[in-house]
Amino acid sequence: MAHENELNLKATELRLGLPGTDESEDMVSIAKNNKRASPESVEDSGSKANSAAKSGDHETSSASKAQIVGWPPVRSYRKNNLQSKKAESESGMYVKVSMDGAPYLRKVDLKVYNGYPELLMALENMFKLSIGEYSEREGYEGSEYAPAYEDKDGDLMLVGDVPWDMFMSSCKRLRIMRGSEAKGLGCAV
Amino acid sequence: MINYFPEEVLWHVFSFLTSHPDRNAASLVCKSWYNVERFSRGKVFIGNCYAISPERMISRFPRVRSLTLKGKPHFADFNLIPQDWGGNVYPWIVAMAKGSTNLEELRLKRMVVSDESLELLAKSFPNFKSLVLVSCEGFTTDGLAAIASNCRFLRELDLQENEVEDRRGQWLSCFPDSCTSLSSLNFACLKGEVNVAALERLVARCRNLKSLRLNHAVPPDALQKILAQAPQLVDLGADSFVHDPESETYNKLKNVMQKCSSIRSLSGFLDVNARCLPSIYPICINLTSLNLSYAPGIYSKELVKLIHKCKKLQRLWILDTIGDKGLGVVASTCKELQELRVFPSDLHVVGNVAVTEEGLVAISAGCPNLNSLLYFCQQMTNAALITVAKNCPNFIRFRLCTLNPTIPDAVTMQPLDEGFGAIVQSCKGLKRLSVSGLLTDQVFLYIGMYAEQLEMLSIAFAGDSDKGMLYVLNGCKKLKKLEIRDSPFGNMALLADTGKYETMRSLWMSSCGVTFGGCKTLAEKMPRLNVEIINEGDEMEGRPDDRQKVEKMYLYRTLVGPRKDAPDFVWTL
Repeated sequence: MAHENELNLKATELRLGLPGTDESEDMVSIAKNNKRASPESVEDSGSKANSAAKSGDHETSSASKAQIVGWPPVRSYRKNNLQSKKAESESGMYVKVSMDGAPYLRKVDLKVYNGYPELLMALENMFKLSIGEYSEREGYEGSEYAPAYEDKDGDLMLVGDVPWDMFMSSCKRLRIMRGSEAKGLGCAV
Repeated sequence: MINYFPEEVLWHVFSFLTSHPDRNAASLVCKSWYNVERFSRGKVFIGNCYAISPERMISRFPRVRSLTLKGKPHFADFNLIPQDWGGNVYPWIVAMAKGSTNLEELRLKRMVVSDESLELLAKSFPNFKSLVLVSCEGFTTDGLAAIASNCRFLRELDLQENEVEDRRGQWLSCFPDSCTSLSSLNFACLKGEVNVAALERLVARCRNLKSLRLNHAVPPDALQKILAQAPQLVDLGADSFVHDPESETYNKLKNVMQKCSSIRSLSGFLDVNARCLPSIYPICINLTSLNLSYAPGIYSKELVKLIHKCKKLQRLWILDTIGDKGLGVVASTCKELQELRVFPSDLHVVGNVAVTEEGLVAISAGCPNLNSLLYFCQQMTNAALITVAKNCPNFIRFRLCTLNPTIPDAVTMQPLDEGFGAIVQSCKGLKRLSVSGLLTDQVFLYIGMYAEQLEMLSIAFAGDSDKGMLYVLNGCKKLKKLEIRDSPFGNMALLADTGKYETMRSLWMSSCGVTFGGCKTLAEKMPRLNVEIINEGDEMEGRPDDRQKVEKMYLYRTLVGPRKDAPDFVWTL
């Protein structure tokens, strides 16, 4: 069998041809392109990731690595069990809550609440303030305080925009801001 | 001279032969030994259910009491084999029922088990005692109900990592009040609820119960009550552990744990608050086996505190969240460690450094008795592997898995050939090896040269040319199972020594360079091999071109020709 391009071995870092596939469950089969004449993908979504491996750069930990079918070799049973439990136990637990002007922070367990109304009520009780009604257009227009949170990317977001489940898994800490400062959060930067 | 030994003497001598290889060897000596052996063999092990037919097995071993069967090839674990490939146990049970086999024990791995099979099993063998299912599928809790209801002398029901459909029936309540013989009950893989009161009563009346693994649906206060009834337990698995260290349940659990001084093996903890772990501290000192690989909720600090107390540990299964530092604690605490498995906690591998070569080196330095390793790591170096080889020459199983399958030596950027070479050279008893990382043909040269006892080898994304595979086929005389994926081995390597495959159990090659023509040639030459091609997708309309590469090939030796239950997408050439 002809195996050309042996040089590529040295720089063999399996790289992605497609950006931003982190959250998806799709497994794309990547054949090592310098070993086979026609890389075939097994469970692909129409993508043929090939020449990515040829790039001279080595060993950078890419933000999102492609997932190869069956790699790492972990039994499906283990995969299924670990994913669900990890999701439950890791995210949406105790997050710090800061309030502008307060001397110390508090902590709340997000898992305890079933949705935004309960969370907001708990925050109102905890800090003895009122937050008011959420509207998609105006945020918490008119209230003295507005709840914001820091998400996985480090961005400051307004509480209430995304579905509760998504919020639970992405919220890293809460911040209760003064209504006047929060006005800017209503619009995209 | 030996021919004149009376059979009774041979029989008595053979009763001391317990291992299958020994018995197989004895049966080859002469006809009379063959006959004595076959009538005296009670435990039959069949590593590939398609290598022989049930009828032939029964006719050769009419007194079989215990049968072990393995179905799908190993790579089925990693989604490389489509559903309905095969491996159904039903024909075996039918044949044994017809043949009035006095079956007492059935152990299955990677097989399809239907409720019908379980029902037939339960009703056909009055002395049935032990059912062990590992990585099987196809049955529901209705099948378990049949087993519970009918097997009057059941001692062992051990379900490990099976996919079981939960029918929300009351299978556990089906154990009659007269059932007191259970010594092992493991239903940790079931998702649904069980009747907790029935469970408590069952445990209370089975005074010989030594091993109990509960599923997530058994709540912590039930756990506490159950343990109170079974202080004689040796092995405990509890997925649903207590959450609140201030609670009454926690106190009760703590007290009852102190009385469970026989527990040597612990697993589960799927759902636990790490602050409640102190309740198990009293038993840690006696633990020889600890499986926390399904416990992502236990963070590194708590884990380390726990391990500090487990000085007698021989087997440890853990997640890579333990980190290199945590492994250092294991190394300094668990001096009697023999088996270590470190599993990846984050399967999406987004560059968080979990464990590296450092952790492994620390373990090798601290645990000289280490003989079995499964290690998923972010990176590895040749230097580390060479050190490990020097520190631990006793490896029987060495499986290394770098999360990036072709990553080179993290320091030198070289292939990891030298590292694995050191392992095979040093570990003269090595029977199983999985390699990963950047690897050239050189590593296979080493393997062929030094791995004289190697029986199973797993290769992925490795090698440069046919030479690699040839080194292995020519060198490893005891090779039984070879599985290769995504490596540049083609027809030349496949066809160089076709007789070799009759000395092996099986060969798997996927995403390699072998073609239809090559596989056909092999199949024609070797009638006692089944060469199966798995076709997926719609590429396979009509006969493919001989030059076309084969995506998945599985070949195995067999005495019974092509299997009759092959689905449409499997072609036996």
